[in-house]
Amino acid sequence: MKPAPFHWHAPTTLAEAAALLAEYAPQDGRVLAGGQSLLPAMALRIARPPHLVDINRVAGLDLLEVVDGVLRIGAVVRHAAFLREAAPGPLGALLAAVARHIAHWPIRQRGTFCGSLCHADPAAEWPLVAAVLDAVMVAHSLRGDRRIAAAAFQRGLLDTALEPDELLRAVELPLLAADARFGFEEVSRRAGDFAQAMALAVLRRGPDGRVTEARLGLGGVEPAPRRFPQAEAMLRGAIPDAALIDAAAHSVAQAAQPMEDEGYRRALTRTVVQRALLQACA
Amino acid sequence: MSVFGQSVTRLEDAPLVRGQGAFAADIDFPRQLHMRVVRAEMAHARLLSVDVAPALALPGVVAAWSAADVQGVPPIPFRATKVRGLEPYCQPILARDRVRYVGEPVAVIFAEDAAMAEDAADLVLVDLEELPALLDAAAPPGDFDGARDTEPTIVRKAYGDVDAAFREAAHVVALDLSIGRHSGVPMETRGAIARYDAAMDVLELHGTAKKQHWNRDEIARLLGRAPSSVHLFEGHVGGGFGVRGELYPEDLLVCLAALRLGRPVKWIEDRREHLVATNHSREQRHRIRAAVDAQGQILGIDNVFFHDQGGYIRTHGARVADMSAGLLLGPYRVPAYRVAGHFRLTNKTPAATYRSPGRFEGSFVRERLMDAIAARCGIDRLAVRQRNFVGVAEMPYARPLDALGTDVVLDSGDYALLLDKALARFGWDARQADVARRRAAGECVGLGLGFFVEKSGLGPSDGVRLTVDATGAVELVTGAASVGQGVETVLAQIAAAALGVEYRRVRVLHGRTDRIEFGSGAHASRVTVMSGSATHQAGLALAALAKATAAAMLQAPADSLTIEAGVVRRAEGAGGASVTLGEVARALAPGSALSRERATPGLTVESWFHSDHMTYPYGVQMAQVAIDRGTGTVKVEHYLCAYDVGRAVNPMLVEGQIVGGFAQGLGGALYEAFRYDERGQPLSTTFADYLMPTIAEMPPLDVLVTEDAPSPLNPIGVKGAGEGGTNAVGAAIASAVDDALGGRGLVTTLPITPRDVLRMLGT
Amino acid sequence: MSEHAVTLRVNGIAHRLQLPARRSLADALRDGCGLTGTHLGCEHGVCGACTVLLDGVPVRACLMLAVQAEGAEIRTVEGLAQGATLHPLQQAFIDHHALQCGFCTPGFLMLAVAMLEEDPDMPEAEMVHRLSSNLCRCTGYANILKAVQAAAAAMAR
Ligand SMILES: Cc1cc2nc3c(=O)[nH]c(=O)nc-3n(C[C@H](O)[C@H](O)[C@H](O)COP(=O)(O)OP(=O)(O)OC[C@H]3O[C@@H](n4cnc5c(N)ncnc54)[C@H](O)[C@@H]3O)c2cc1C
Ligand code: FES
Ligand code: FES
Repeated sequence: MKPAPFHWHAPTTLAEAAALLAEYAPQDGRVLAGGQSLLPAMALRIARPPHLVDINRVAGLDLLEVVDGVLRIGAVVRHAAFLREAAPGPLGALLAAVARHIAHWPIRQRGTFCGSLCHADPAAEWPLVAAVLDAVMVAHSLRGDRRIAAAAFQRGLLDTALEPDELLRAVELPLLAADARFGFEEVSRRAGDFAQAMALAVLRRGPDGRVTEARLGLGGVEPAPRRFPQAEAMLRGAIPDAALIDAAAHSVAQAAQPMEDEGYRRALTRTVVQRALLQACA
Repeated sequence: MSVFGQSVTRLEDAPLVRGQGAFAADIDFPRQLHMRVVRAEMAHARLLSVDVAPALALPGVVAAWSAADVQGVPPIPFRATKVRGLEPYCQPILARDRVRYVGEPVAVIFAEDAAMAEDAADLVLVDLEELPALLDAAAPPGDFDGARDTEPTIVRKAYGDVDAAFREAAHVVALDLSIGRHSGVPMETRGAIARYDAAMDVLELHGTAKKQHWNRDEIARLLGRAPSSVHLFEGHVGGGFGVRGELYPEDLLVCLAALRLGRPVKWIEDRREHLVATNHSREQRHRIRAAVDAQGQILGIDNVFFHDQGGYIRTHGARVADMSAGLLLGPYRVPAYRVAGHFRLTNKTPAATYRSPGRFEGSFVRERLMDAIAARCGIDRLAVRQRNFVGVAEMPYARPLDALGTDVVLDSGDYALLLDKALARFGWDARQADVARRRAAGECVGLGLGFFVEKSGLGPSDGVRLTVDATGAVELVTGAASVGQGVETVLAQIAAAALGVEYRRVRVLHGRTDRIEFGSGAHASRVTVMSGSATHQAGLALAALAKATAAAMLQAPADSLTIEAGVVRRAEGAGGASVTLGEVARALAPGSALSRERATPGLTVESWFHSDHMTYPYGVQMAQVAIDRGTGTVKVEHYLCAYDVGRAVNPMLVEGQIVGGFAQGLGGALYEAFRYDERGQPLSTTFADYLMPTIAEMPPLDVLVTEDAPSPLNPIGVKGAGEGGTNAVGAAIASAVDDALGGRGLVTTLPITPRDVLRMLGT
Repeated sequence: MSEHAVTLRVNGIAHRLQLPARRSLADALRDGCGLTGTHLGCEHGVCGACTVLLDGVPVRACLMLAVQAEGAEIRTVEGLAQGATLHPLQQAFIDHHALQCGFCTPGFLMLAVAMLEEDPDMPEAEMVHRLSSNLCRCTGYANILKAVQAAAAAMAR
C-alpha cells in the first residue's frame, strides 16, 4: 500500500504556490495540506496525482486571527487548533465542541480546516459548520483572490467550486453574537468515525424567549451539508417547546434526500436535529 | 510459594515495550526482493489471460509469474479434515482458468523494492469474463468447475430418535438465525520472508506462526524437498486468532521464488489485501428446531445449517462446520439430536477458524433457542437453562457425538454452580429490578445471558525438551508456537514450579523447526494443556535427574534432596552441603563419570504428553444493554465474563485472554462484518469500513475466573483459556438486546446494527 | 519521480537519507533509520500503530511524507527508555499486562506519552477519548487504560 510515484514541490510563498499550481494543475497536480485525506487515498491508489504542491511551508498560511468580527482561518491551521477556544464568544466554544468529533487526536494534529472543506466529504464536520455559519472561502490563484460563499462552495460529493489551480488560502467565519446558543449532535458507528448524520443548530432568542435568529444545518446524509430554511422559519419568532422542536426535526427529516439507506438516515436525521435543537435551547 | 498460579509479569514484554520486537516486516536480508501479488478484481469470472509483460518492462522488476509459471506446484492441501473428496476444491497458489473471489492471487511480481513491485503489479493485464457470483450459502448450490457443484459435503451427525422427540413434544420451537462474516484481523498483517542458503542447501521461511512443523512438512513436499532441508522460524507474531499461520498461497510463492531467483524474497501483506485474502470466518445460517416438553425440558434438536466457506476450501477442510455440528449442544442434556451442515462454497474470501470457531456461532444459536424455549413455555430464562444442564453427578458426560475426530466427553464441570456464582457477581436480581424501574420510566433496557462450553487441549500429543546448562540457565524447547498470548511465560512458570528454579531463568524457544523435530503449534487453546502438561512432566523428570545426580555428588539419598531457586540441597534445615543445577549439569557433561551411567549426557530430558480427549472449560456471560430509541445504538452498560478454567497458571494472563477475547466477540456482536455488494465486490476493505471496537466501545467489564472443575485429563488440571472470552458474546448481547426490545425473539442476526435495531423498534 | 536528500532528527540523532517523495515517514524510520519499533498496521491512518511524536505532538507516521519531517524533532518508541531504565509508561505496560502480542504497543506508548506530557492529571474520560485513537486487537484495552493511569500516578510522584 505505497502511493504511486509523484513529484513533490514545497513552495515557501503564496505566489510560488500559485505558480506551481498553475503549472501542474492541468496535469492533475494537487495541493497537499494536512494529508489526512489525500495521503490515505494515495496509499490506496484511489488518487494518483503526479505532482503535489505541499503548502505546509508557505509563509502566512498558518494564521488564525480575528479581524473585524471575522475569524480568519489560514490554509494550514490544523483541526487541533480549535480544541482550545480559538475565537471569542460562542464561536470558539462551538468550534471546540465540533473539533472533538473529527477523527482522532493525532489526525487532528495534521488535518486542516481548509483541507476538510476542499476535500468536501459529505460526512465531514467543518463543511457543515461552514454552511450553517455562512462562511466565506477565499480562493487564490495567479488570477488573484476570489471570494466564494459557503452555500456555493460545496457542490456535492467530494466536489467544490474551486478551480483546479486555485488554492483555498483562508476561510472566514463571522463571530457569533454573545447571546447565541448552539447545539451539535452527531451519530457515528464508533468513536472518531465519520458521521452517519449530524446537525448543528445556532439560535438567538429575545428577552421573551422567542427565537430571533435560527440557523439549522444537516450533514452526513445528503451529498453536501446545507441549511434547512423551512425548519429555520418554523423556529423563528416562536418560543421553542418540545412539540415545535419535534416538528422542526420532522420537517428536516422529510426534506432531506439521503444518499443511501433512506429510512434509516431519515430516522437519524430526525434524532440529531431534535437533539441539536434541544441543546441550543437548554 | 510455587510460581504456578501466580500473576507474575511476562517474559515476553521487555523487547516489545522497547520497540525491539522482530515482527515479520522487521526481518530483512541483504539483496532481498519484494513480492507483490496481483489479485482478482471480480468475484467470479473465467480467467482468459494474464499478461505480465508490461510489468516486466518496468525498471527494478526481476520476475513476474502467472499460473503458467507455477504449474508444477500442487494446490494448498488440508491438514485437518476427515471428510473425503474435498481435494478438487483446494486453492491453487495462482488462479487457473477461473477466479472465485475478489482478492484471489492471479499473478506475482518480484522487484527491488516494495513500491516498485506495486507499480508493476498495476501494469499486469488480467482478462476476465465475468460469471454470476454466488453470494448466499443458503441459496441452491451453483457450479464450481463444470464437473462439481458448490456443495462439497454435508456434515451429518445424529443420535437418539429425533422424529419421535418431535412427535411427543408439547412445543416445537423453530428459529432461523444468521451469524455475520467476520474474522480475526490481527493488528499485524501477514508476512513471509524466504531465503535459500545454497551453502547449506536449506530453505528458510521467516515470519511464520501457528503451525510451523506441519507447514514445513507440506512446503517440503509441495516443492519436492526433504523436510530436514526446510526450516521455519517464528519471530514475534502480532496476533493470530486462528487466521495467521495457516499455509497460504503467498507462503509457497516466496519459497518458490527464493529457490528460483536465488535471492531472499520478502512479502508483507497490506491491510487491504489482508481484508480480502486472509481467512474470513463465522458466516453461517441455521434453521434449528427444538422439541420440548411442557416444562421446557429439551427432548430433541434438529439443526440444519449452511456454512459459507467462500471461494475455496483451505487448510482446515470442513473443520468449522464440523465443530458447529458437533459442539452445538453446549452444557445441555439433549436426548436426541440430528444435524445437517451444508458446507458450501460462495464467491467470497475463503473462510476458516477464528477464535472460538463453531462455538461463537453455536452459542448464539443455542442460547437464542433457549430464550425462545423459555418464552414459549412461559418459564424464566434462567430456569430453562438450569432445568436442562448436564448435572455435576453425570460427569464425565459422554455424548454420542464426535467433533474434531474425537468423541465429545465433557470431562468435568458444575454448570449450575457457576451460573449461581455468576448471577450473584452480576447482581442479576438487583439489575432485573432496576431494569423494570427504568422501563417503567420509558427507557429501553434489557439483560441477557449466554451459557457455554468451550473446548481446549486438542491432542494427540506434544513434547518438550528441557535442559539446564553449565551456568544454570534453563532452556525449554517446544514445538508449540506463540501468537502473543504469553506462551513463554506460562510454560516458564510451569517448568520453574516443577523444577525448582526462578521462572525468569527459563528461556522458552518455540516455533522453530530447526530446534525440535516435532511440534503442533498454537491453536485450539491447546498450548497450556498439551505443552503445559509435557513441560510439567519434563520439569519433574529433570528435577528427579538433578536429584539423582546430586545425590551422588553430595553423598546423600536422592529423596532427601529438594531444589529451590536452582540449588539442590538436603530438605531438612538450610545448612549442609548443596550444589547448583549448573554444577549438576557440569557433572553430567559428556565424558564425565556420572554421564556414562545414562543414555545421553547433560542435564536434559525430553518429555511427551498424550491425550485422546479434549478438555471442556465452561462459562457464562451476562450483559446489560440500553438502546437509544433515536438512533438504534446499543450501549452495553455492564458485562460479566465468568469462566471456569480448571486451574489458572497465571491468573493475570487468563484475565487478559478473557478481556481481549471479549473485545473480539463484541466486534462480532455489534460492529464487524465483511460486506459485499450484489456482484461480490467486497465493501469492507479498509479499517474505516471494517469496524473493530476501540476503547470507547468497551463496556465496564467484570471477569470472574473460577477453578471449581480442574480437568482430570492432565496432571496440572488446566483447561485452555484462550477462547472463552469470545464464545458467548454474540449470545449474551443478542439476548439482552432482545430483552430490551420486549423479549419477542426479534434478534436473529449478528452483528446487531443500529439500523436493524431501529427497524425492530418499529420507528 | 523526485528523489530528495533529507535529514531526519529522531530521538536526538540526525539521520541523513536519500529517498523518493512517496516514502512515508513511517517507512523512512523503519527502512532508512533502522527504527522498526514504529509499526504499520494499516497504512491508511486508522489503527495508530505508527504513532510517533512530531515536535511533541502525536501524528500518524503513515500519513506523512518523510520529506515533510525535515527540521522536526521526531520521537519514537526507541527513544523512551534511558539505557536500562524504562520510561514509567513502559514499566506500567509490563506491570499491568497492557500488551499481548505487542504489535500495537509502540503506538499506544507514544500516544500515551503525548497525553501525559500535555496533561499529567488527565481525567479518565479524556484518557479514554484520546486512547480511542488507536486499535489493539489483543488486550480489550482495559489494562492499557490501567497502565496509563498507573504511569500518570508514578510520574506525578
Ligand atoms: C482515520 C481517519 C478518520 C477521519 N475522520 C474524520 C472525521 O470524522 N471527520 C472529518 O471531517 N474528517 C475526518 N478525517 C479526514 C481529516 O479530517 C482530513 O484532515 C481532512 O478531511 C482533510 O484535510 P487535510 O488538511 O488533511 O487535507 P489533505 O488530505 O491534504 O487534502 C484533501 C484534499 O483537499 C485538497 N486541499 C487541501 N487543502 C487545500 C487547499 N488549501 N486548497 C485547495 N485544495 C486543498 C487536496 O488537494 C486534496 O484533494 C479522517 C481522516 C482519517 C485518516
Ligand atoms: S499504520 Fe498508520 S494509522 Fe495504521
Ligand atoms: S497487544 Fe496485540 S494488538 Fe495490542
